[in-house]
Amino acid sequence: MRIFEVFFNIRVLKDSIHVLLLGLQLTILLGLASIAFGMILGLLVALTRLYAPPFFRRLAVVYIDVMRALPLLVMLVHIYYTLPFINIRLSAFVSATLAIGLVSGAYTAEIFRSGIEAIPQGQFEASKALGLSGWRMMGDVILPQAFKIVIPPLTNNAIAVMKDTALASVVAMPDLLKQATQSQAVHANPSPLIGAALLYLLLLLPAVRLVNVLEGRFSAGRRRTVL
Amino acid sequence: MSALISMRGVSKSFGSFQALRDINVEVAEGEVVVIIGPSGSGKSTLIRCINLLEQYDAGDIFVDGVRVQNGANLCKVRAEVGMVFQQFNLFPHMTALRNVALAPMRVRGLSKQAAEERAMKLLERVDIKEHAHKYPAQLSGGQQQRVAIARTLALEPKALLFDEPTSALDPEMIGEVLDVMRNLAKTGVTMIVVTHEMGFARQVADRVIFIEAGQIIEENDPGNFFGNPVQARTRAFLEAVLHH
Repeated sequence: MRIFEVFFNIRVLKDSIHVLLLGLQLTILLGLASIAFGMILGLLVALTRLYAPPFFRRLAVVYIDVMRALPLLVMLVHIYYTLPFINIRLSAFVSATLAIGLVSGAYTAEIFRSGIEAIPQGQFEASKALGLSGWRMMGDVILPQAFKIVIPPLTNNAIAVMKDTALASVVAMPDLLKQATQSQAVHANPSPLIGAALLYLLLLLPAVRLVNVLEGRFSAGRRRTVL
Repeated sequence: MSALISMRGVSKSFGSFQALRDINVEVAEGEVVVIIGPSGSGKSTLIRCINLLEQYDAGDIFVDGVRVQNGANLCKVRAEVGMVFQQFNLFPHMTALRNVALAPMRVRGLSKQAAEERAMKLLERVDIKEHAHKYPAQLSGGQQQRVAIARTLALEPKALLFDEPTSALDPEMIGEVLDVMRNLAKTGVTMIVVTHEMGFARQVADRVIFIEAGQIIEENDPGNFFGNPVQARTRAFLEAVLHH
């Protein structure tokens, strides 16, 4: 069977599984770091866009628009290859986290904004009438409800971020894809690439399923909630 | 006698629609004032200005001598004036107990234990203690509104504002909420109540204010207000609501 010889070469896969797993580890690490950075940034940008003084609001809008318009790969290349010309040298990992997080932050900000805007006006009014400060109102009343609404789209975004980490192989970061392409070159056989694809699926298919389950559960929960 | 709440020359517009025109109201400590009027007359807007849920365009509002305005003092003023809403506005992600205990912890700085003890006492007072650990969605409208009343009482406010507290309730639940409010009035709490419940106004109010098109048309004690309304517009309104 020539197909198996070429694409599912057991010997090659065995040889490369170790580096593939190392790559997977780095991919997961980069993904988690980027997700965390993007979430925190996104929340701050969303709050700025909604509640800051007008100048900062406009700034947040500009940020969100630019990040959504700029290709992630272009962003990454600039951080890694352009910044050194002004003496800012960042490691491949930091560059990738920064680029992916900055872009993801814009999308996350829009998700959080939609969640906050979905909370009924009465919740804001009741909080204010009780004398809660703006921060308390957000932390105790609005955000806990908004978070619940946006869990499915946030998870979706997290999956997208995980997939985007593959772009980091462009700046020589030894992530899953980079390890696979190197291994493929060494063995002159594409089996490691197939192996990498399978590992991506193994990692993300359950997450994709999870989003479907979450969407079902939370929409059902929202229907039951009476205000 | 100095007023606890005083509104002087308050006006408010929504775009070109003038919701309030030159409103002057003084409410003394312990007084129960009921505001009635046709829908869209500005009743709700009037009490929502008192805790600045609506910004007023002109005039002054004072609560216990402090001017109600944006700024560092606003949270403090709001904590002194409780508000009960037509739609209850309980926090759906918290139990009844937590709904009531939240503000004492966050605004008054009580410990969790002290706040929950106070909350439990208040839930008992509105006769809903056995539902303390339920979420709002598990309670009926009347029960939710009683929890909401307990929530505003938890800050021990100087005055309570009621914005049509029974208008969103099924008829069989109106009584239980009015009973709670009646008992509150007896304890000497200062109350301003916007309502369509004429029976409540007649029995509980110290003073009834009739408002139409953003203006105070007539105010009097309930006996004279319902017995001998002076203004033609008041008579027309009472005709309409009492004989349906």
